[in-house]
Amino acid sequence: MSEGPGIMTVLGALIRRDLLLALRRRAQALNPLVFFVIVVTLFPLGLGPEPNLLQKLAPGVLWVAALLSAMLSLESMFHSDFEDGSLEQLLLVPQPVFIIVLAKALTHWLLSGLPLLLLAPLLALWLHLPNEAVRVLLITLVLGTPVLSLIGAIGVALTVGLRRGGVLLSLLVLPLYIPVLIMGAGAVDGAAAGLSVGAQLSILGALLAFAVTLAPWAAAAALRISME
Amino acid sequence: MWLWIHKFGSPKYFYTVSGRMLPWLAGATTLLIVLGLYLGLIASPADYQQSEAVRIMYIHVPSAWNSLFIYLLMAAAAAIGLIWNIKLADIVAAVSAPIGASFTFITLVTGSLWGKPMWGTWWEWDARLTSELILLFLYLGYIALQSAFEDRRLAARASAVLAIVGAVNVPIIYYSVQWWNTLHQPQSLGIGVSAIHPSMLWPLLIMAISFKLLYVVILLMRTRAEVLERERNNAWVQELAQALAGKNLIRS
Amino acid sequence: MTIAEFLHMDGYALYVWGAYGVTLAVLALNVILARQQRRKALRAILRVAQRDRSRA
Repeated sequence: MSEGPGIMTVLGALIRRDLLLALRRRAQALNPLVFFVIVVTLFPLGLGPEPNLLQKLAPGVLWVAALLSAMLSLESMFHSDFEDGSLEQLLLVPQPVFIIVLAKALTHWLLSGLPLLLLAPLLALWLHLPNEAVRVLLITLVLGTPVLSLIGAIGVALTVGLRRGGVLLSLLVLPLYIPVLIMGAGAVDGAAAGLSVGAQLSILGALLAFAVTLAPWAAAAALRISME
Repeated sequence: MWLWIHKFGSPKYFYTVSGRMLPWLAGATTLLIVLGLYLGLIASPADYQQSEAVRIMYIHVPSAWNSLFIYLLMAAAAAIGLIWNIKLADIVAAVSAPIGASFTFITLVTGSLWGKPMWGTWWEWDARLTSELILLFLYLGYIALQSAFEDRRLAARASAVLAIVGAVNVPIIYYSVQWWNTLHQPQSLGIGVSAIHPSMLWPLLIMAISFKLLYVVILLMRTRAEVLERERNNAWVQELAQALAGKNLIRS
Repeated sequence: MTIAEFLHMDGYALYVWGAYGVTLAVLALNVILARQQRRKALRAILRVAQRDRSRA
């Protein structure tokens, strides 16, 4: 009796499938990115264009905007599969459920976290963030946005069966995002002030390692419960 | 050990045992609170710098300790209910949430009232108050998730996952807020517990213990009510209700 | 300390009594709601039992 496809194969297949689906609805996939840009734009409009003020606020503003746009696209993680019944089917595969979660989180990150890295330098420019800080900003985004996708997966898994679970999802997930926000914005802030930020970046790395090992597990449990 | 857990998991056994314990617990709690209030409000001295405002510490700090203690207990009960499928544990977790949220709310309000005479502002983003605010969000999220499900069992299991994830995050959140706080340097609230004078330490500890007992009392009361409601079709509940009505202990 | 001094709390009366007041109110609310819940449950059980008895 054959063992069936291996874990990596399943992972790859799921990611490829979801990316293809997202590609077909290209406009929808771009929403979180546009949101990111718009939110960042709101701050100079609301606070005034003075460069010194914007520069001081830039790390926090950029990170809060990244957080919010990651959250905005979370619902789509399991939504369409839940709607057409394929989520139930996915849970029946012989491979462990956390692989499915990992695949979904990775796809979410590829579509909404990774693109932020491309947009971030432009937005940092708008907010007059100094160059040394931009490099650190990109590092914090690389380390932090996957954590947002992974923790977000837990929230989505918990609320997938609920009607109008959107706002509840935000309420559940945002407090858990706070350490990432503090460390990410703190690192960029420190870099802008010329200080060394090794500590913050290490902590972000630790958070990422922690999230990668534990979040898929928790989300898998939540998914199984939600689909009972 | 398993026999004990299984026995304790029986709602009827829990109800009878807790019924016997409750009057004693309530009595002890009342005594301790009165003692604590006497020591805190009357017998203990005013602070050299803060004067009489320091007396707020005797309810602010015990509330803060309770808010955290209850969250961890809630998560533990939820985990037990999830892993071993014990309904009573689910009830304990669900009932603890509003109590914990209440203590968190008290911590925030008393912290604000303590802060105004100390710092001059009604709110300061110091480490403890900020952490408490985030803890309140965690409680509210848990309560919201519970009420979003129609099926009680599903609600218990889903919110158990949330509670466990939250509990794991509590130290992470606490330490990152601490770090954030030292970076931005607002003043810290209150007196360091290590440097505290015995005449102030005693009321603090007594209030802390009495608050924990008060939580247990309220927890038992609400869990018992919940058990009655869920087991209402069972014979022992019917008989109990009739007996209480007979003794005119409830107006029909 | 006289009673007047006690209530005055060296000028901090609003803060100290405000804090103790809110605490008392919230905790009392918890206790009251707990008792109400119990009474509601028992009353509902009796109502159903009476209905069953009158039907039988």
